[in-house]
Amino acid sequence: MAKITFVQPDGRRQTVEAETGKSVMQVALAHGIDGILAECGGAMMCATCHCYVDDDRTGTASEGEEDMLDCAEAEVRPTSRLTCQIKVSEALDGLVVHLPEADE
Amino acid sequence: MAATELKRIVIIGAGQGGFQAAASLRQEGFAGEIVLIGDEPELPYQRPPLSKTYMKTGDATILPLRPESFYDAQGITLRMGSRVEAIDRAVQRVMVDDEPVAYDHLILATGTRNLRPPLPGIEHCLDLRSLSDAKALRAALSGASSVGVIGGGFIGLEFAAVARAAGLEVSVAEAAPRLMARAVSAQMSERFAEKHRALGTMLRLADPVAEISAKGLTLASGKSIACDFALLSAGVVPNTELAAEAGLSIENGIKVDTQLLTEDPAISALGDCASFPDPFSGRLVRLESVQAATDHARHIAKRLIKGAQAPYRAVPWFWSDQADWKLQIAGLAAPEDRAEELPDGTMLRLDGERVTAVETVNNAKVHMRSRKAMGQGTPLMLEDFAALAG
Ligand SMILES: Cc1cc2nc3c(=O)[nH]c(=O)nc-3n(C[C@H](O)[C@H](O)[C@H](O)COP(=O)(O)OP(=O)(O)OC[C@H]3O[C@@H](n4cnc5c(N)ncnc54)[C@H](O)[C@@H]3O)c2cc1C
Ligand code: FES
Repeated sequence: MAKITFVQPDGRRQTVEAETGKSVMQVALAHGIDGILAECGGAMMCATCHCYVDDDRTGTASEGEEDMLDCAEAEVRPTSRLTCQIKVSEALDGLVVHLPEADE
Repeated sequence: MAATELKRIVIIGAGQGGFQAAASLRQEGFAGEIVLIGDEPELPYQRPPLSKTYMKTGDATILPLRPESFYDAQGITLRMGSRVEAIDRAVQRVMVDDEPVAYDHLILATGTRNLRPPLPGIEHCLDLRSLSDAKALRAALSGASSVGVIGGGFIGLEFAAVARAAGLEVSVAEAAPRLMARAVSAQMSERFAEKHRALGTMLRLADPVAEISAKGLTLASGKSIACDFALLSAGVVPNTELAAEAGLSIENGIKVDTQLLTEDPAISALGDCASFPDPFSGRLVRLESVQAATDHARHIAKRLIKGAQAPYRAVPWFWSDQADWKLQIAGLAAPEDRAEELPDGTMLRLDGERVTAVETVNNAKVHMRSRKAMGQGTPLMLEDFAALAG
């Protein structure tokens, strides 16, 4: 298990116990975190699991992930990641994930 | 009917599209009652992993679209394991478990079911549509050393790749002369045929299955394929009976207009079961994809709640994972659209000079740029395409 904190654009914070082996996207869905839609179920097809993660421990986005992010709805920043591509491990304990402004 | 007059919206079918409709209605600010009725016993779940990750790992925890708490939190009445038996349009209600449920608006999201052709021995075949099908298939896989796959479409080929990786002898029998014939160019079919052959899968093309037995398949040519069990993945039929019995028009699916409305202004239809006008060609199309189900659902929610009037025109996209190849398709080609191969392997489908679809393998960049360019509202022309790939 690892603690992950999700921060909404309005500053609202939710900290959850994340199961290792799951993706950050799966953890967010399981805990009803607003703002992560994950329409393709983690197939790197939709970019609706886009978040900002400023933490070296998560590694960097793969090339395919970068390509998907190019077309994300919300503003893309250097810290942009697809949360379906970040796997939870004990080493990620304390991770902070910022949600983007909702589209529209 | 204005949003304020809608008190209860009923959705038939709690799959990808039905779920999304319920979620989007709330997101758009609908405060009334939402009743989501589905005949499967599980919480609404995604199907794509059934022939991919789930088939490999058996981990069903990745499948639900949302946990049960989501439906409570969103005030969505979820009736699982319940089948709608009839729609009474005159009084605007559906019959479910012998009980009438009234609606102000009804959304049909009934999906498809496997096509079971009347072949001798068809009862020996397993299906791959639902989680219970996938469970049975996994059980069969674990004890077997060979499998026959009837139908070389996306689902059959995804399964074939998983079965091959698990060490089984795999044979795919396809009636058409090429794989995935309805959906991709002949060149892409050929590339995938070579890929599957290289994995060690035996392909029998242009040779329909004539008979199935406990020992294997017999093909029209007289050839036989010995296998411990067989998967039937030879296409689907849309679940249109409820709509047809209620007097709605069916044309390869429940016929809807550019607003995804049926002829009855109180009934919309979406996803796998709906035939809708393609925004470019105007011809009625029915798509079996996560994209169509979710984009349809969002469109309907915006129309019902926000009164949005724009016609539906989302760019179709699709993917299929077969071994280490990810096929991605942006756009929608008609079968007769010609194909042109670019130096990087991208296959363009063309109607005149208009790019109707872009097929790529393991090339997310070109795929996403194509999707984006096609979504700009103007047709994507061949001469503009080169700038995209860059
Ligand atoms: C194995 C597999 C792999 C796939 N892979 C991909 C992929 O890689 N990419 C992709 O884009 N798409 C893929 N798809 C297709 C995608 O899953 C479908 O297009 C999508 O699920 C369609 O959503 P839907 O809501 O229209 O129908 P469904 O998700 O099928 O939901 C319809 C639901 O309605 C229920 N129902 C029907 N009639 C009634 C009734 N009278 N009363 C109550 N309930 C009823 C059905 O039982 C079902 O649960 C795959 C499908 C399968 C089966
Ligand atoms: S869930 Fe679709 S890209 Fe991450």
